[in-house]
Amino acid sequence: MSGRPRTVFDRIVRLPPLVWLSAFFLLPFAITLKISLSEPATAIPPYLPLLDWRAGLEGWSIFLEGLNLDNYATLYLDPLYRDAAIGSLSYAGLGSLILVALGTPLAYALARAPSRWQPLLVALVVVPFWTSFLIRIYAWIAILKPEGLLNLVLLRLGLIAGPLTILNTDAAVIIGLVYAYLPFMVLPLYAVMNRLDPTLREAAADLGASPTRVFWSVTLPLSLPGIAAGAGLCFIPMVGEFVIPDLLGGSETLMLGRVLWSEFFSNRDWPLASAVAVLILAIVIGPVILFRDSLRAGEGEDAGA
Amino acid sequence: MTWVTRTALVAGLCFLYAPILVLIAYSFNASPLVTVWGGLSGRWYGALFSDAPLLAAAWVSLKVAILSSLVATILGTLAALVLERHGRFHGRALFTGLVFGPIVMPEVMIGLSLLLMFIGIGLDRGILTIVIAHATFCTGFVAVLVAARLRGLDRSLEEAAADLGATPIRVLTTVTLPLLAPAIAAGALLAFTLSLDDLVIASFVSGPGSATLPMRLYSEVRLGVNPEINAASTLLVGLVSAAVLLASWLTARRGQA
Repeated sequence: MSGRPRTVFDRIVRLPPLVWLSAFFLLPFAITLKISLSEPATAIPPYLPLLDWRAGLEGWSIFLEGLNLDNYATLYLDPLYRDAAIGSLSYAGLGSLILVALGTPLAYALARAPSRWQPLLVALVVVPFWTSFLIRIYAWIAILKPEGLLNLVLLRLGLIAGPLTILNTDAAVIIGLVYAYLPFMVLPLYAVMNRLDPTLREAAADLGASPTRVFWSVTLPLSLPGIAAGAGLCFIPMVGEFVIPDLLGGSETLMLGRVLWSEFFSNRDWPLASAVAVLILAIVIGPVILFRDSLRAGEGEDAGA
Repeated sequence: MTWVTRTALVAGLCFLYAPILVLIAYSFNASPLVTVWGGLSGRWYGALFSDAPLLAAAWVSLKVAILSSLVATILGTLAALVLERHGRFHGRALFTGLVFGPIVMPEVMIGLSLLLMFIGIGLDRGILTIVIAHATFCTGFVAVLVAARLRGLDRSLEEAAADLGATPIRVLTTVTLPLLAPAIAAGALLAFTLSLDDLVIASFVSGPGSATLPMRLYSEVRLGVNPEINAASTLLVGLVSAAVLLASWLTARRGQA
């Protein structure tokens, strides 16, 4: 990095993003943490005083006395929240596994396509990602519902005797998750596979390996960082997902994002909703730290694609 | 290409596009039922343009997207300059976390925490609060795009300008920013699209009378399949495809820049 002396100008450039993000990202997070530790009674809007600075030490002691772990105890003791946490992890985990299984061949196919076709093919994978998320999920309702397109086609083909129930089941949630996050899996993986040295493949082929063998013993092991980045990029937002379980899932589909939403909008228990938010964050922070470097690389590649 | 990779490619693209094509096809269906084809019709587009609440929501979304992408583009570009050009400085780790944090932070968490703060400081919810929220989570995405471009820039151009006596501001405005223009434009477009698309964060921080288009669509979509929404979706898909074409044209130009 640059060894040039730090100027006043440098500091001025730094200020706007620093101030904005501290005010609208860091501070709100601290407030959420504080409210998740408050009793419902004292946590009624406008939540003031959050902290009475002017009262000095006394203000701090009132602040600290107001904190309690009741909301977190509720999260732990009430099976609803435990099930939602397990549900979120299971849906996101299973979704990530299927994404790896489907995304790897697709990314490999992109990387092996003739180079003059690659920009177009990559663009074709990206376009749905730019299309409204809500609408893409909504489209699946028309396909999956009992009198929807999928059942219509299967019935006409005589493959099934009566319509299948897919909408409002776990299967629909998984289809929705896989569909919505497929580009997040394919792009970082494609970037990694595209950069692999082709001479390694050629050497393996020269030594008599079949194309399948080359894929399994050369391409795949070298692509593992991309697979990890892709799986991490998908897993993290899927844990907090709200729209997909809400539109495609049934009443028994429990995910933390949906529970937070209903605590907040239906039950109006804001401290508990805050505690759920902190729980979601705690769950995703593990993978963020684990995949920090590959995630950053993956995002950089997304940007380039 | 072998037949295996070819099949993977065709199957993958079919999976990605089938639902969107179904939506477009049904938006021209005269019958309101998914299972019945009632012939070609533009009636749902007509219904769309006389749906006043939907048009009002679209207008809110457009205003929010323009303002928030403007703010996010400025902040994200500055953040990228800091990350790529400022070397080590006090608080660098915090700065990096602040820029990239909102990208990985779950949407429900961003929405809820901003709402709690807006209430805490007594800021009335409306277009302003949605703009603030959107600008906050879009800044990181702009920064990622611009930083990637900065990394590829030839540093000697900036150094030459500085050696010839240009002030840092002059180097930035006459050398660095023009070279970054395609990435900044692409970042602005991405921020614009992300803002137009956001449902979850806007639901938390919007107030009465400031429902955005996704919020309006969501309340309709929950009731089931609605041909008018198919028409709205088709228009959105068309708009976004146009934006993507523009963006790829801008990125293609960076080779010449």
